[in-house]
Amino acid sequence: MKEKIIMLGNEAIARGVYEAGVKVSSAYPGTPSTEISEYLSKYSEVYTEWAPNEKVATEVAFGASFAGVRSLACMKHVGLNVASDPLYTFSYTGVNGGAVIVVADDPGLASSQNEQDTRMIARASHIPVIEPSDSMEAKEFVKFAYELSEKYDTPVILRTTTKLSHSQSIVELCDRVEVSDKDYNRDVRKYVMMPASAIGRHLVVEARDNKIAEDGCNFPINKMQILDKKIGFITSGIAYQYVKEVCPKASVLKLGLVNPLPKKLIEEFIAQVDTVYVFEELEPVIEEQVRSWGYDVKGKELFTRQGEYSANMLKKALFGTNDVVFEKKDSPNRPPILCPGCPHRSVFSVLNKLKIHAAGDIGCYTLGAVAPLGVIDSTLCMGASISTLHGIEKARGKDFIKNWVAVIGDSTFLHTGINSLIGLVYNKATGTVLILDNRTTGMTGHQEHAATGKTLKGEDTNAIDLEVLCKAVGVKNVLTIDAFDIKSLEKAIKESVNGDELTVIIAKAPCALLKGQKFPFKCVCDTEKCKKCGMCLKIGCPAITKQADGTVKIDESMCNGCGLCKSYCKFDAINKVEK
Amino acid sequence: MKELNIMVVGVGGQGTLLTSRIIGKTALNAGYDVKLSEVHGMAQRGGSVVTFVRFGESVNEPVVEEGSADILIAFERLEAYRYSHYLKKDGVIIVNDCRIDPMTVVIGASTYPENIIEELQKDHKVIAIDGMEIAKKLGNSKVLNSVVLGLSAKYIGFTKEEWLDIVRKTVPQKTIEINEKAFLSGYEF
Repeated sequence: MKEKIIMLGNEAIARGVYEAGVKVSSAYPGTPSTEISEYLSKYSEVYTEWAPNEKVATEVAFGASFAGVRSLACMKHVGLNVASDPLYTFSYTGVNGGAVIVVADDPGLASSQNEQDTRMIARASHIPVIEPSDSMEAKEFVKFAYELSEKYDTPVILRTTTKLSHSQSIVELCDRVEVSDKDYNRDVRKYVMMPASAIGRHLVVEARDNKIAEDGCNFPINKMQILDKKIGFITSGIAYQYVKEVCPKASVLKLGLVNPLPKKLIEEFIAQVDTVYVFEELEPVIEEQVRSWGYDVKGKELFTRQGEYSANMLKKALFGTNDVVFEKKDSPNRPPILCPGCPHRSVFSVLNKLKIHAAGDIGCYTLGAVAPLGVIDSTLCMGASISTLHGIEKARGKDFIKNWVAVIGDSTFLHTGINSLIGLVYNKATGTVLILDNRTTGMTGHQEHAATGKTLKGEDTNAIDLEVLCKAVGVKNVLTIDAFDIKSLEKAIKESVNGDELTVIIAKAPCALLKGQKFPFKCVCDTEKCKKCGMCLKIGCPAITKQADGTVKIDESMCNGCGLCKSYCKFDAINKVEK
Repeated sequence: MKELNIMVVGVGGQGTLLTSRIIGKTALNAGYDVKLSEVHGMAQRGGSVVTFVRFGESVNEPVVEEGSADILIAFERLEAYRYSHYLKKDGVIIVNDCRIDPMTVVIGASTYPENIIEELQKDHKVIAIDGMEIAKKLGNSKVLNSVVLGLSAKYIGFTKEEWLDIVRKTVPQKTIEINEKAFLSGYEF
């Protein structure tokens, strides 16, 4: 018997990639997709890397496929936007070795800036999408995706969602299949997408779409179960599980292929069932197409476009009731916060003190938007902080941004921030850019990047020097300051925002959660000396709480001894002592 | 085969994830179908964290929904309070009796509810334990999750040996002995 183990959805995807004989994988971290590359990096047979961004990752996957091996790119849904440029034309060139792009959507926004639906981009770019609904399927569907890719000469998207990526279920392991490399043959009409070639390829893409829609009716990844003929569901992915939970006796068409839709199979299902519901998270992608074929199905008038679905939600929509016994109790929110000892807190405390606005970016530091620090005014997408600041300056003049900065992390800066900085240099900007360099990709769980000196596989490599990089693109004022040195930070920020010279300040200190960090100290409040002024509470450290008598207490198990609270205490009531 | 829906809740960083993984592996070992659901990414940063474990003959969705939890394991009082409506009518709460103020309370935007345990006892069977005190006595506050797991194990089922087998295989090599002790002190609480 094959070995049965319990596996995270993302780990199962990685396992499927390994078993499929893939040789090259490139990705940029992004919740909920990150662990795929981390698990995959443990297989020595697969070359895995972190790319600076998803566009690069997709082009690497294209290159590897073009050269004749099975390749992979992984990203979160918004990463696919960055990768869109190669994606749309990769669809035209097709593949040599099989190519799969794993894209993780985040309905419910567990850790994202929007709720976009990858199937919409896949439809627009004419790329087939397959969607599993548990870990075992995730592993097997990956392997099917490579067969599909090679048979129909197309990159294939495997779509996952947060609930699938971050849930665990039972998986049976198989061995890796070694796939021999395809020959490389120069083929200008297929791979050089200049107009004369692309015109022809567009026809190929359209024919391919039609062929897959037809053949897809017989793909084993679709499952039709005809039970009670009064009620039936067309569904896919994790939503299928909620249908089985609530209506185990209903007929179900579970689609593994969600783009292009297997039209005849869907028609065959509709013909056998009285009332058909389309149950799909996010956009009505299946529903609108089925309606456009002239069928009256039920869908988004009952089921929301927002958030994650659930069995209770389905029950309520169908039967007007669910199983809830007890009322939800009114409890204070516990939003995510910057960790104790986080270097971002230190920088934000200075911005807060100086009443400076910040154009923000994507990372843990987005949490600087909330009370009590409240310094981030905008968050749009990866790399947007610097160009947003530039737009403000060009709209309102250089004096308007004398109390503004752009705030961006080290990994995000290398992702797409650098492009924006080039724009500032070129277009004579004067702003202040703060790079919060915590030596890692923090929010997604500590991935290496081009400035850390380590690869995804943990090997030593070249480390890009951010200071040298900024100078090289033409920024004259580049300063590196210890993120916990609040006096120097305050001085530098004041000088630069008031000056007329584009300035980059690199606030450097490792993430408090980074492996190998040592915390020999802790901070202790001397309640005799505490004047209850509340200054230390303004930095929003979770280790510090106000007691009933107004004095503060610092939780010793949480405190990392960064000493930021001590820096803000005017009465010497906080001492930094050895643990 | 019995079916059980378990929720493990706490504050990001308290070790709820490891606890649910051990429960899942123990159930798998005993021949059950198992599904788990976890929280990663931004939500983990000191926020309210929920993981689910479901096992039975055959499990569909990986989450436990409102009104369907048999056991709520909470690593902090307020989190037990926040998720108590997930319980079935006769569900059980196992709570590590400690208080971690959320930032909304620290900055005075809200207040931490009083008498949480007593309030919960009005509707539910509640077993409270000062796991941190026990963990500290054992010499490592990080084994708190094993203490809470040990106590929960009695209500979940399986034998002591079945549990210890998985604990040994899951925790870091160097901490096996202290985690075993922590598990047993919860189990015998």
